Amino acid sequence: MNVLTSSLRQLSDAIRKKDLSSVEVTERFMGQIEKWNPKINAYITLNEKALDQAKAVDARLAKGENVGPLAGVPVAIKDMLCTKGLRTTAASKILHNFVPPYSATVVERLEGAGAINLGKTNLDEFAMGSSTETSAFGLSRNPWNIDYVPGGSSGGSAAAVAGGMAAAAIGTDTGGSIRQPAGFCSLVGVKPTYGRVSRYGIVAFASSLDQAGPMTRTVEDSALIMESICGRDPRDSTTSAEAVPAWSKQINKSLKGIKVGLPKEYFSSQLGTDTRAAVERAIEAVKRAGAETVEISLPLTEMAVPIYYLVCTSEASSNLARYDGVRFGHRADFSKKPAEDLAEFYCRTRGEGFGTEVKRRIILGTYALSSGYYDAYYKKAGQVRRLLRQQFLDAFKQCQLLMSPVTTSPAFKIGDRISDPLAMYLNDIYTTSANLVGIPGMSVPAGFSKDGLPIGVQLLASHFQEQHLFNAGSVIEETLALKELPHVLQ
Amino acid sequence: MISEDEVARVAHLARLSLSAEETKKLAAQLSSVLGAFEHVSKVKTDGVEPLVTPTDIKPFWREDKAENWESAETAMKNAPEAVGNLFKVPPVVG
Repeated sequence: MNVLTSSLRQLSDAIRKKDLSSVEVTERFMGQIEKWNPKINAYITLNEKALDQAKAVDARLAKGENVGPLAGVPVAIKDMLCTKGLRTTAASKILHNFVPPYSATVVERLEGAGAINLGKTNLDEFAMGSSTETSAFGLSRNPWNIDYVPGGSSGGSAAAVAGGMAAAAIGTDTGGSIRQPAGFCSLVGVKPTYGRVSRYGIVAFASSLDQAGPMTRTVEDSALIMESICGRDPRDSTTSAEAVPAWSKQINKSLKGIKVGLPKEYFSSQLGTDTRAAVERAIEAVKRAGAETVEISLPLTEMAVPIYYLVCTSEASSNLARYDGVRFGHRADFSKKPAEDLAEFYCRTRGEGFGTEVKRRIILGTYALSSGYYDAYYKKAGQVRRLLRQQFLDAFKQCQLLMSPVTTSPAFKIGDRISDPLAMYLNDIYTTSANLVGIPGMSVPAGFSKDGLPIGVQLLASHFQEQHLFNAGSVIEETLALKELPHVLQ
Repeated sequence: MISEDEVARVAHLARLSLSAEETKKLAAQLSSVLGAFEHVSKVKTDGVEPLVTPTDIKPFWREDKAENWESAETAMKNAPEAVGNLFKVPPVVG
C-alpha cells in the first residue's frame, strides 16, 4: 500500500485494522514534506506535535477505543484556521507572530474525529488571491509542474495533498478558493452550503461568503470530512440547524431521474479547448449513469465577478479593521519616531503589515462603502446579488445539478497574472456565484490538458443538497478513472 | 476614474499608510477595475432589497451561561506590549 497516494478512507481503514500505525503513516508524510516542501512550499508552519497526536491515537486503538472516522490520518490545515498553540498567520506579515489561544471549531472537530494535524498550509495573504502568489511567506508551486501556480487561495492545501504531503486538507472558499486550486491540482474540493460549517476561529475575510471545506483525493474522502466538520455551532450564529446526513454512506451512482443543467453562459467562447473537452467528457459520464441534461440560462453571470469583488472587499475592509497593532500581531516600531496621533499609530502599523493585494482590496472596499459611493457600489451589489440568487433558485426548479468548468483554462504560469489584478479577478468567473448565492459546489478532476496540467469540472447543487454533488462526483471519478500522478510522487 | 487624491483620502479612512508610488499605482489599478465593473449599474434593481446573508438561516442565541475559558494571561500572550493584564501602547499626542 502506497501511503502517499492512498485515500483517507483507505488509510483510516488500515489504521483501524492495525495494518498500519498512525505513527508509521504520519512519519511517511513527514518524510515527503522534508523532501519536497523546500521546493513546493506548501506549508508555512509544521506541527511539531503531529507525532505525539499519532502516538495518542495508536495508544487509544491499542486499548480498543473508538477513535473516530478519521482515525489517525494526517491532514493539513490552511493557515486561515486558528490552531491552539500553533502559529496562525493567514500568510500575512501582520500576523507573522500570532499564536492562537484557541482552535477553530473545524480544527476541534477534525481532531475529535481522530485526524492528525500535520501543519499549516500556505495561501494568498488573507485568502485574497487566486494563485498563492500574494503570500508573505513566498509562493507555492504546483506539484504537477513546478513552473505553474497551484491556484489559490488554498494553494498550499492543494499542493500538500497533490504532492503526497498530506492525505487530505482543509481549505476555505470565499469565491472559489477551494474549488479552483483543487481543479488546478487534480483533487476533489467542496465548498459547503453557507451555514454548514462553523466560521468560529477562522480568520474572517468576507463573512457572508466564507466557508471552510475539504480538499481530498477522492469524492468519498470529501464526504467523510464534511460529516465530521459540518453542523450547528453555538459559537457561530450563522451555522444552520439542518441535519448533517451520512453523505459517504448514501452515495448513489445511478443518476436516473436526475436533471443536470448546463448554464449556457458558462460555455462561452473564452473557454479553452482542452477545458471544454474535459468538461464534455464529464458530462458524457453523468449521462451514461442515467442523468438527463438541460440547457439553462443564468443571464446575470457576467455580473458575478463585479458584485463578488464589491461585496468581498467591502466586508474585508471592515473585518480587517481589527488588525490595529494594539492587542495582537505586528506593530510598527515607534521607538525612533513616535506617532503624532492615534491615526498615525494605526496607519504605520497597517501600512507595514499588509501586502499589496490586501491593501488594494481594503482601499476598494472602503471606497465602495464610503459616503457618496455606498449606494452605487455596495448597496447595488447587494441588490444584484439577490437577483442572481433568484436566477439560481429558478434554475434549480428545472434541474438538481449544474455542471460547468471550474476555470476557463488550467493552471497558469507563476508570474503571468500577478501584475494585472483585473486579469486575476476575472479568473473567478465560474466560482464566485456559489458563494454569492450560498449554494454548495464541488470541483472534481476531469482530465488533463495537452501540456499535462489538471482540469476540473464544477458541480453545483441547491442549498443543503450536497448529496447530489457526492453522487455525480463519484460517477465522474469512477468513469474517468484518472490514474496519473504528479512527478513528485513518481 | 479614481484620482490619487481620492485614494489618499480613502487610505486615511482605512488607516493605511501608502507610499506615493503605491498611491499612484492603486489609482490606476482601481480605476481600471471599477471601469470593468461599470456594467453593474445598468441592472434594474428598483425596490430590490440588498441580499446580505445568502441562506435562509435563522440566527439563534446561545444560552446565557458562564463558561470557563483560557486565563487572562493566555489571552494577553499575543500583545505586542503589555503591563500585567493591560495592553500597552506608545504615548500619542492626539
